[in-house]
Amino acid sequence: MKNYLLSLIAVIVLALIAYVGAEAATWPQYVFGIIIPYLAMTIFIMGTIRKILGWARSPVPFRIPSTCGQQKSLPWIKQSKIDNPFTFFGVIVRMVLEVFLFRSLFRNTKCKMSKGGKIFFDLEKWLWVGAIVFHWSFLVVLLRHLRFFTNPVPGCIQFLEQVDGFIQIGLPGIFLSGFALVAGAVFLLVRRIVIPQVRYISLASDYFPLFLIIGIALTGILMRYFTKVDIVGAKEILMGLVTFHPSISANINGIFYVHLFLVSILLVYIPFSKLMHMGGIFFSPTRNLANNSRAVRHINPWNYPVKVHTYDEYEDDYREKMIEAGLPVEKE
Amino acid sequence: MSNNKKIYDKGIVFTGLVIFLALITFPFWYNRGIAAPAPEPELTEKAKAAKECVLPADEMKTGHMQLLNDWRNDVVRNADRMYVNEHGKEFNMSLSNECLDCHSSKEDFCDRCHNYASVKPYCWDCHIDNPKEKM
Amino acid sequence: MSDELLKPDELIANIEPAPPRKGWMDTPINIRKGMYCYASNHKSVASLDLPNARPWNPLEDDWKLPENWKDIIFNGFRERLDKFRSFKVFMDICVRCGACADKCHFFIGSGDPKNMPVLRAELLRSIYRNDFTTAGKVFGKMVGAREMTMDVLKEWWYYLFQCTECRRCSVFCPYGIDTAEITIMGRELLNLLGLNIDWIATPIANCNRTGNHLGIQPHAFKDMLDFFVEDIEEITGITVEPQYNKKGADILFITPSGDVFADPGTYTCMGYMLYFHFLKEKYGLDVTWSTYASEGGNFGLFTSHEMMKRLNSKMYAEAKRLGVKWILGGECGHMWRVINQYMDTMNGPTDFMEEPVSPITGTKFENAKSTKMVHIAEFTADLIKHGKLDLDKSRNDHLKVTFHDSCNPARAMGMLDEPRYVINNVCNHFYEMPSNTIREQTFCCGSGAGLNAGENLELRMMGGLPRANAVKHVHEKYGVNTLSCVCAIDRAALPPLMEYWVPEVEVNGLHEMVANALIIPGENERTTDLRGEPLAGMEGDDVE
Repeated sequence: MKNYLLSLIAVIVLALIAYVGAEAATWPQYVFGIIIPYLAMTIFIMGTIRKILGWARSPVPFRIPSTCGQQKSLPWIKQSKIDNPFTFFGVIVRMVLEVFLFRSLFRNTKCKMSKGGKIFFDLEKWLWVGAIVFHWSFLVVLLRHLRFFTNPVPGCIQFLEQVDGFIQIGLPGIFLSGFALVAGAVFLLVRRIVIPQVRYISLASDYFPLFLIIGIALTGILMRYFTKVDIVGAKEILMGLVTFHPSISANINGIFYVHLFLVSILLVYIPFSKLMHMGGIFFSPTRNLANNSRAVRHINPWNYPVKVHTYDEYEDDYREKMIEAGLPVEKE
Repeated sequence: MSNNKKIYDKGIVFTGLVIFLALITFPFWYNRGIAAPAPEPELTEKAKAAKECVLPADEMKTGHMQLLNDWRNDVVRNADRMYVNEHGKEFNMSLSNECLDCHSSKEDFCDRCHNYASVKPYCWDCHIDNPKEKM
Repeated sequence: MSDELLKPDELIANIEPAPPRKGWMDTPINIRKGMYCYASNHKSVASLDLPNARPWNPLEDDWKLPENWKDIIFNGFRERLDKFRSFKVFMDICVRCGACADKCHFFIGSGDPKNMPVLRAELLRSIYRNDFTTAGKVFGKMVGAREMTMDVLKEWWYYLFQCTECRRCSVFCPYGIDTAEITIMGRELLNLLGLNIDWIATPIANCNRTGNHLGIQPHAFKDMLDFFVEDIEEITGITVEPQYNKKGADILFITPSGDVFADPGTYTCMGYMLYFHFLKEKYGLDVTWSTYASEGGNFGLFTSHEMMKRLNSKMYAEAKRLGVKWILGGECGHMWRVINQYMDTMNGPTDFMEEPVSPITGTKFENAKSTKMVHIAEFTADLIKHGKLDLDKSRNDHLKVTFHDSCNPARAMGMLDEPRYVINNVCNHFYEMPSNTIREQTFCCGSGAGLNAGENLELRMMGGLPRANAVKHVHEKYGVNTLSCVCAIDRAALPPLMEYWVPEVEVNGLHEMVANALIIPGENERTTDLRGEPLAGMEGDDVE
């Protein structure tokens, strides 16, 4: 079966389980509304810590930054301080730009070849645009959701809501981030399916989180704009979770539990998958190290002595010939 | 998986982990475990006596904002001020004169849930705070 | 050039337009002639005490592996995950966005999807997931896990020796995943089973024994330089006197042996000799060559970290024995990756030397104060800036030059503007290639990381296609006839590449042009460059 169909079906089945369960009886609401979210949060936190400590248990033996600009050398040669940092501060700037603006991805080009065999490199910013839209809107959606997890709701979250909801067509007001998230995720999904090379490298585990996130976003949109959910009741459940006074509200429809269940699946999925790239970027030795290993000695904790063909052994091999050629030797 | 026991770059790794944990657990420590059950909007005697609102309570809970929006359009654009619900009961489409007639305290009725859910309706941009008093 | 090699247009027509319908895990490995290098000579492997030395042939079914080869791979994999955070993180975090795909010269030139950096890495990741991750053990193929088999091993060998560790993909990767790092680990694993290629195995065996990859013995090394002394005398009338293994010299000079051995690198080597003669006569600079550390390059980098360290150790050992103040390094690509990113960590600290200072200008090379090794382009740029070199740019007027940034000085060091400054001061006609093909985005020669053999010429020509294409562009636009570079492998690899794709362009080295332009007291009037080619305006003169 096609990878993406497999993932799509998996997400649909998961959604159906939660929907049917929550609509059928009350007890599954405790499972989907309380037990699974707690379990998911625990697995997410423990799993992420375990993964990160796993990375931290391996040392960085060598200083291997990818240098993407002029090194620091002679004082009159202009160093590229961000793309080839020499100091810790430079590294921080490089990392911040990498994490928040995807600087490396911004370089993206597309290679094309003409009939005559001439190669061109076009700027290809769509992947960058898609990635930026997807990640930033996801972050905004996430932060916006803090209104369901805090009481009273902090002013900055309220402000974010206002900015995100500046377009008012009918009621409830539209949150742009939610639609941007769907658009971004769909773009990433479509390019994965449509571009032959990307489809070729894509695994079921690449499609799954995309479908999952699209599912999460769509159920959210469904609840807000269409099927409607009792928002006060929903918040009551979520506040119950984060204040350790878990409870279930009546009259919350199944879509809410689908939403919550898919989020729980996503949380569990993160530490065991490529989604750990959000932590991994901080650990990438080609980005988080200064290119100063000629000026400051980098220490390898497991540096061990190796077998070396010494000069003495070398001279023993060639002494006669060296003397004959007039080369100086240690022992005549 | 790892055979290594030692953690390298401890300082920066643990700093990062603490920041991660602080951010991810923000709702847990921000609320300090203080229970926040859903607020009960206070019904006035008049509201209690009426027993039923324009629509059934559940529908009002999730859909009142859209109802009000529709009312406003009808009144402003079509000069239509009459609304008939499914029981044939008639209502004057007016936030100030109809809704707030029963639910006379914005503070005890509207604001409770709106504040809880962090909703800032722009109704109050025009409609004065306590119409009964000022009218 | 081999008769069997495809014509350039045939090679372009052969580029696969799209990946096959069948998934990559189900596409069997096909080891194709022209694309692989011969297996390592077992004598070379044995001479270095590396494991599982034996004769074997990649085209045969039976690779004569030790019985427990899967355990060796498994344990070797685990050991490297525990030793290298880079490896562990890069195994985990790739999202397969595909941004790296068309950044690889081998993919551009072949269209073979397994040459996409992401898929090259997936060859290892699939085994990693199966053997070391929970998800892989539970969900298997769905999450891209597969078991280690003989076919997988062959695939590793085939495709890890179709990567030149050039790091271009890592520039574009949003997480900085460096395929070079993955190839290095994969090759280490293969070497545990004695699966190297001979173009690497024999040079490292040579280097270990004789001090250089080409196996030049000390007396022969001196002979070869003496031969250049005669050539230099013929062209300039100057008799240069290189010093060898001289104790107490100020500076030890180490450069790749390739430049001592083969054209056109030899002209760069002559350039160094003339240049040092000038600096000695004019400023008393005391430079010595070494026959023991007579190799700048380090094919150990293409074998294993341990082998890299073994070969690299000679530089500091020799500097210590001779008691020099610091080391000057010649033009070479991967040599400078080793020096910049590994040497001090592996074989330092170097308290027996002084922090490098140019004795002529007094400039402190702050960026090299710990390794105590300075790149000759940095050294020369400093001299030119201080007006210490007497240069006649017009002596390079017959050259229309473009500059090829070698992968490692560009992406593992960032030496971009120093050579350009030197070029602009020694010649009048310099033209850059398009911006997506130079500096940190430079394209590999297609033959780095030990792949510069004769039997894999098709691979090299397709890998070098993007580079050649950019050269062709400036050749057609500006009449460029010279491709300059700071790498000995380039000087060996680019001439056949140019002959294949852009026959009118020759390859030279930076210090060949420096020496051409250098006005040396007491020299004859120069009528030719170091190659014996007439200078501009001298074409009609009787050179004799």
